[in-house]
Amino acid sequence: MNRSRLFLIIAIAVAAIGFTIIAASGINKNLVYYWTPSDLHKAGDKAYGATIRLGGQVLPGSVHHQSGSALDFDVTDKHQTVHVKSTGIPPQMFREGIGVVVEGTMTREGFFQSERLMVSHNNEYRSPKDGQAVDAKKLIESTKGVDVK
Amino acid sequence: MTATLGNFLILAALLVATAGSMVGFAAGCSGTPEGLKWAQRFAYAFAALMALATIVMEAALLSHDFSVKYVSQVGSRAVPAWVTFVSLWSSLEGSILFWGFILGLYIAGTTWVNRNQHVDYMPYAIGVWLGCAAFFSFLIAGPANPFGSVSPVPLDGPGPNPLLQNHFLMIIHPPFLYLGYVGMTIPFGFASAALLRGRLGLGFLRPLRASLLLPWIFLTVAIMLGGWWAYEVLGWGGYWALDPVENATLLPWLTATAALHSAIVMERRGVLKGWTVTLVQASFLLTILGTFMTRSGVFNSVHSFTQSSIGPTILVFLAVAILFSVITLAMRIESLEAEGKLESAVSREGTFLINNLLFVLLTFTVLIGTVFPLIVEAVNGRQMSVGRPYFDAMVVPIGTALLFLLGVGPALPWGRPRRDEVKRALLFPLIGGIVLAGIGRALGVTNVWTLITLLFGGYAAWVTMAEMWLPLVQRMRRGDSFGTALVQGQLRRGRRRFGSYVVHAGMVVVIIAIAVSSTMRTSHEARLSRGQSAKIGSYDVTFIGAETLAEPHRQSTVAHFRVMSNGKFIANLAPRMNQYQMMREPIGTPDVHSTLTGDLYLSIMNVDVGTQNAGVLMITTPMVAWIWISVILMGLGGLVALISRP
Repeated sequence: MNRSRLFLIIAIAVAAIGFTIIAASGINKNLVYYWTPSDLHKAGDKAYGATIRLGGQVLPGSVHHQSGSALDFDVTDKHQTVHVKSTGIPPQMFREGIGVVVEGTMTREGFFQSERLMVSHNNEYRSPKDGQAVDAKKLIESTKGVDVK
Repeated sequence: MTATLGNFLILAALLVATAGSMVGFAAGCSGTPEGLKWAQRFAYAFAALMALATIVMEAALLSHDFSVKYVSQVGSRAVPAWVTFVSLWSSLEGSILFWGFILGLYIAGTTWVNRNQHVDYMPYAIGVWLGCAAFFSFLIAGPANPFGSVSPVPLDGPGPNPLLQNHFLMIIHPPFLYLGYVGMTIPFGFASAALLRGRLGLGFLRPLRASLLLPWIFLTVAIMLGGWWAYEVLGWGGYWALDPVENATLLPWLTATAALHSAIVMERRGVLKGWTVTLVQASFLLTILGTFMTRSGVFNSVHSFTQSSIGPTILVFLAVAILFSVITLAMRIESLEAEGKLESAVSREGTFLINNLLFVLLTFTVLIGTVFPLIVEAVNGRQMSVGRPYFDAMVVPIGTALLFLLGVGPALPWGRPRRDEVKRALLFPLIGGIVLAGIGRALGVTNVWTLITLLFGGYAAWVTMAEMWLPLVQRMRRGDSFGTALVQGQLRRGRRRFGSYVVHAGMVVVIIAIAVSSTMRTSHEARLSRGQSAKIGSYDVTFIGAETLAEPHRQSTVAHFRVMSNGKFIANLAPRMNQYQMMREPIGTPDVHSTLTGDLYLSIMNVDVGTQNAGVLMITTPMVAWIWISVILMGLGGLVALISRP
């Protein structure tokens, strides 16, 4: 093996390592976590500022319309409950008792600031009949592949 | 009865493909003409059997024969006949059968075209193709069998996936995607044949390149159609989200594009043979990986994919195909000796090299972001995904660098250019870049990346135009009339060159349109009752009222809006929500007022016919229409290059 070839291989190796480090840190900073209210409680401080898709059931009796299209409601998985504030216009099917996925982050004030409210993305997940329990894991899985704004 | 006939045809196809594959490899080793003849016969037989099986399935669909499992899953007497016809690719089992049908077409077509040529490569190629064909026949016969029988026979079925019925693009997008995906099998076979044969002569480059270009055209169109569909249906006003399913189509496109370029260097300089072959093999492997990712449910959860037996089966095939590729490469890559060498880095071929490195880098970036969550979940069971900012941060700079090369590369001469040649070639087009960036700035572009894109885009547009019409200009200087020069210079000779630059022009338009539309969109949400208006940009959008329409297979809630601008009537838009029986949630269908400068996009979030209230999302996006227009350019340019004579 001559010197220029060796040099080329070393250069490519260094470039590859550098690229991998950049890519890895880029991925690490931009992860979107798929959590239930219980997962979110377990995560503790990690939840603040992280991008989270929170899945669960809209607690019946918890929906309050604020001014404009702003909306307050609780999301529950029967073990834990998270208070959610949402600003966008809710989708057609949104109502109490339905399974939802909200995307946003946990604030230090103790509520979940939602930037996006999804009822269900695809055919595979069927929301339960009103009042029936929600399979939160399945629900969040149904939104995989939906764009993260 | 129908089910039995279908199963018989598939098993026969499996048998023919397996036997033909072995005959092909044996004929390659022994080199007997008789062996090649038999391999060809097996290839035609496989295509015929797959076509028959597909006809049997279509007949069952159209006659509503609900005793066939697939028909009972996707058929319905309530849907129109054309929906029934396209139901073939509406669900997993049918689309794998459709895959087999297209694979048969490709194999038989390529075998026929090369029936008397490249006799030392063809047996191996047919062997590899029929090997893949055997796998897909096995998939159809076993794990994804559409020809199961149902008893008792149901009277009616649920109909195909509502998304398919909801928009015509969902009907034409899948065939293009399959034509692109499946077609990558052909260059894979050729590349493997070159490795097994231990030789890659320039004469063999032509079929290799053509077989790569054809599926590349289909894949290009399919990717754009997919983006268009997302834009027209999903209701968030975007066309590309870099989600796993989209990435699965992008990955093989990236490596195939790189291979098309390295093949040119190979043709000119006799170098990069092993590299080109590797890229071609990678393109095929990525289509299989993409099929695995999109068809096995692995993205819903790593743990759910084993529930469908098709996932592990494709994974095994992928592993075998990777192993086959690595072994053939490792054993034979040294035999594909370079016949020349690269003379200078600052030359056309130098930029081809950088182009290739960037494409491979882009492929890795997207691949890592797509596969990472799967690996994490497989290791520790946590579910997550990689967010859009990662892709933006990685893809935008690499894409911009590629656009830069798109301008600089074709401007540079081949070989070892003199310094003043380089200077002259590179300086002039700068005018184009500065003018375009200046126009952009004057029209209000502030984003730095968008301005850089305009600068590089204008540069590339100048170079592309100059190179594209060079033969015409040269002939006219020599005294030819415009007509003769056009026909002789652009269309009769040098079609490949002309076609490539048309594709480049399309690419420049796409990249500029993507940069402008993604950084300069505005959106506004409003809740309106009847007669109320909302303003976005220069548009006044007035809600006129909502109504419910009933059709046999769906119910629609339609909201009517009138759009005015500065007191002038622009359009009536009617975004709607279609409620299908199969789905609990309605599918929103936005309505778009599209012009060459920009789109106004209305999507209803919710609507109440009783109280005549509607929540509407309004989006203005400049230049989106140019993305769809450039697809036509890229498709046509690709075709012109494909039907070229050497």
